Amino acid sequence: MSETLNKTRLYEKHVAAGARMVDFAGWLLPVQYPTGPIAEHHAVRKAAGLFDIDHMGQFMVHGEDALPYLQAVLTWDISTLQDNDAHYSLMCYDDGTVVDDVFVYRRGKDYMVVVNAGNRKKDLRWMTQQAKGYDVQVTDVSDETYMLAVQGPKAEAILQRITDIDLSQVPRFTSAAGRVAGIFTLLGRTGYTGEDGFELFFSADEAEHMWDAILDAGREDGLLACGLAARDSLRFEACFPLYGHEIHAEIDPISARLGYFVKTQKGPFVGRNALLKIRLEGPKQKLVGLEMVDKGVPRQGYPVLIDGEPRGHVTTGMKSPTLNKFLALAYVPAEHSALGTEVEVLIHGRAKKAVVVKTPFYVPVYRRKNQS
Amino acid sequence: MSDYVFMEDRRYAPTHEWAKVEGDVAVVGISDYAQHSLSDVVYVELPEVGRVVEKGEAVAVVESVKAAEDVYAPLSGEVVEVNEELPDNPEWVNEDPYGKGWFFKIKMSNPAEYEELLDVEAYKKVVEEEEH
Repeated sequence: MSETLNKTRLYEKHVAAGARMVDFAGWLLPVQYPTGPIAEHHAVRKAAGLFDIDHMGQFMVHGEDALPYLQAVLTWDISTLQDNDAHYSLMCYDDGTVVDDVFVYRRGKDYMVVVNAGNRKKDLRWMTQQAKGYDVQVTDVSDETYMLAVQGPKAEAILQRITDIDLSQVPRFTSAAGRVAGIFTLLGRTGYTGEDGFELFFSADEAEHMWDAILDAGREDGLLACGLAARDSLRFEACFPLYGHEIHAEIDPISARLGYFVKTQKGPFVGRNALLKIRLEGPKQKLVGLEMVDKGVPRQGYPVLIDGEPRGHVTTGMKSPTLNKFLALAYVPAEHSALGTEVEVLIHGRAKKAVVVKTPFYVPVYRRKNQS
Repeated sequence: MSDYVFMEDRRYAPTHEWAKVEGDVAVVGISDYAQHSLSDVVYVELPEVGRVVEKGEAVAVVESVKAAEDVYAPLSGEVVEVNEELPDNPEWVNEDPYGKGWFFKIKMSNPAEYEELLDVEAYKKVVEEEEH
């Protein structure tokens, strides 16, 4: 059965380290190491964590029409990206539902678009289709590009030991190129954890060398290799969406409370009319944060009851390691989405009380005011 | 087989619960192999005291980071006590599955059922099978 699953270049290393491997989007990846998902989560919030995220896809977009093309195919206003900027965006179908959520990196006149592993083929087909009539090339460079993430308050100090790039001059949501562990790397001050950190892009042939170099550099600071379970609990606390849960091909970003990234005022783009309509009329359902009042673990798909009737569903839920509470993200009817609304979540046949609370549960550190 | 702990002073169900007899009451928990497979336990749902259960019936739930798993009664009888502190200290299941991490106690209605459970050697074989 594992013959049909993809392995990253670090597969043997993860297995040798005692990681539990699982199938994620057709890739065999570590869900946890012997340290366990909770210890790995705490390491990222307090020190640093290293993630093998090579399963993700990278597309290069270049050509005379790169900018107008991306403006047409993405919801964010790409014209606001200065050179070296990096930004989150969604890509929508005509009806406003989500093709994927992506990160766009501007490098001179070219752009790199980072996509979810599970959507890579679909995204390439979609983006290629949409490129007709534009003088632009969309090239999938995922196979030759390795991607790792180093996340946590110690990430900068750790990487600075092994790079010639002055990381103190690389602000959040920008990228820089240089050598890391002697390897030519593009690094973005970006990530999916809500902590400071970096995502590294470099030649796939150098994966093992880079992995070992970062582990060595970070050992004294408590850097841990982290798996998918920690990756999920970290992004969940920061309320970042995960495709297939909060966003998918049957929901629009307005309902998913990602309206900030939908710049309907920038001009035409795929899905704009549908999204404008939803924006003006108001979405029928909204993604909210829930805190369990009765204890229990809410999980994807569990019904949310309003007055005893199933009217919504959980998209992701868990016991939050940092906040030590049972929390969930869930879709509920818009008229029941106000803070303080009392609902119930059906867990193992029992209706357990929960309440709508403010999100994000954990405010990303780079979004906090009064940060020194 | 990795170094899982198997206690000689109790018997096991093929579904990885252990039962330890103290008079006419059996204390029930899950094995070291079970807690290891689950990884970090985040919550447990215990049955109500007074509930009458049948051998093989799902009576509790152990929630790990990844999944919820049923815990089955290894013996029939009445639930006379539950580990009330366990839901607030789910890590006890991982740290001390045979001691502090006990789930509930059943007053056995049919003590002969205890002999039907697996002894340590038989349970070790179950674990070996599962690991392949």
